[in-house]
Amino acid sequence: MKFLVCITQVPDTTTKITFTPDKKAFNAAGVQFIINPYDEIALTRALELKETLGGTVTVINVGQAVTEANIRKALAIGADDAIRINTEPTDAYYVAFQIAEVAKKNGYDVILTGKESIDYNGGQVPMMLGELMGLPSVSVATKLDINGTVATLEREIDGGKEVVETKLPFVAGAQKGMAEPRIPNMRGIMTARTKPLTVVEPAACDLLSSSVLFDSPAAKGECKMIDPNNVGELVNLLHTEAKAI
Amino acid sequence: MSVLIFAENWDGKFKKSTYEAISYGAELAKQAGGSVTAVVVGNVSDEDMKALGKYGAQKVLSVKNDKLNAMNPSAYASAIAQASQKESAKIIVISYTYSGRSVAGRVAVRMKAGLVAGATALPSSTSPFTIRKKCFSGKGLTDVVVSSDVKVVGLTPNSYKVNTADGSASIESFTPTFSDADFASTSKETKKTSGKIPLTEADIVVSAGRGLKGPENWGMVEQLAELLGAATACSKPVADVGWRPHHEHVGQTGITIGPNLYIAIGISGAIQHLAGVSSSKVIVVINNDKEAPFFKAANYGICGDAFEVVPKLIEEVKKFKSAH
Repeated sequence: MKFLVCITQVPDTTTKITFTPDKKAFNAAGVQFIINPYDEIALTRALELKETLGGTVTVINVGQAVTEANIRKALAIGADDAIRINTEPTDAYYVAFQIAEVAKKNGYDVILTGKESIDYNGGQVPMMLGELMGLPSVSVATKLDINGTVATLEREIDGGKEVVETKLPFVAGAQKGMAEPRIPNMRGIMTARTKPLTVVEPAACDLLSSSVLFDSPAAKGECKMIDPNNVGELVNLLHTEAKAI
Repeated sequence: MSVLIFAENWDGKFKKSTYEAISYGAELAKQAGGSVTAVVVGNVSDEDMKALGKYGAQKVLSVKNDKLNAMNPSAYASAIAQASQKESAKIIVISYTYSGRSVAGRVAVRMKAGLVAGATALPSSTSPFTIRKKCFSGKGLTDVVVSSDVKVVGLTPNSYKVNTADGSASIESFTPTFSDADFASTSKETKKTSGKIPLTEADIVVSAGRGLKGPENWGMVEQLAELLGAATACSKPVADVGWRPHHEHVGQTGITIGPNLYIAIGISGAIQHLAGVSSSKVIVVINNDKEAPFFKAANYGICGDAFEVVPKLIEEVKKFKSAH
């Protein structure tokens, strides 16, 4: 069974997010980049399924050469090989389009992504990829099992969960619960260095949207401290001043 | 510029997020000068569909099909895309709920439309079409320019107010065509977390963290939430150790919320947690550590033992509720 796992790199979750003085870009100076946490969940589930079903796990990334450290980390965790599409990931459509162009040629049975990246949080790559490849897609999936040519997934919906069945091939976006991420071991780190990493150039694609300006959220004003022996004052302020209750 | 809104329903009923999306779409159409059409998929009463006029919809395209009573993202996307073609809509508004998220990207690809994934305001400019959204899980904001002819706006729930006026929408039956591919995946079972208010739509959220010392102490959190008509949430460590279910985890790698009032009990306020709640309009922090970073992000703070403060707060809220 051929698995493809789409990974992207994002700032470490502890990063204080700042932007360049002209506000046109994220300030990446001194920032530690990691594999997007949801992509790591997807990767782990693909590796678990490969262990029982056999096959290969390929990771794919749309990014410049700087992402290769994180691609090697994915190989260290256990992916067999990697593809990097040599371009800056702009919007979700562009990323999905580039991955679809490569994936169509290689015929994967299962394509997994994270449910969203924690930088732009759009959460659209799995659905767009499905549309572009003419495959069913299920996102925010907390469970994934494969039995023959049928996959059973559990996904989050408004106010609950839904069990969905779909035929292979398909695309799924991983949410927490699908797997517990693995830490690479020494052997994995050693073998990752020699695993194949293919670099391909991007295909021509229209740009439909772009982020032109960035800003930090407005800071809150002073916190009003209330005496723990006068909790009634809080209720009063929430009603009269904040008009929140 | 004609606007089409996906008026989502759950088991035949609209929710606040539906009315927000219609109010938003109607305002867009007013600014750009165009018609406002809502598309409804599933069995909603005529009365409820006509009532969408109160929020600004002029017409409702009603899609009824026995195969569509369960939410099916692909078939729903087909219906929305065909409705937008029929109406020559230039802007498609979809509330960014779970189901909205599952259709927005599909509609965007089918219409070759640029998508604003999680708009938090009306466009700051219509030419170029520019809308603000959150990024970096709430730690940043970005202005997205959509350059395609047709545009899809995924509107973050709780970020635009519901506008009402007199009005009644006309209803037109609409029968889009579906392909087999639209039914490639099938719903086998749905599990409802019954009676609970969805976190992303809640006006008030009561949340607690490690300061509560154990899952057995959540009774007072739930009681306070119930009194306030609030949803309950929790911090990441609490979900990770299994004290609370993962779907309650708010923060950078959990759910991002923006309620009117967020009450945080025994949560220190790590940067990842703040990212998920920073757009709350009013934040109350109850913590026994006066150095807790959360106080810097709060509007109101009580430095004290949660096990003493919360029961008192419950009594005060009870008094308040009986007086109002």
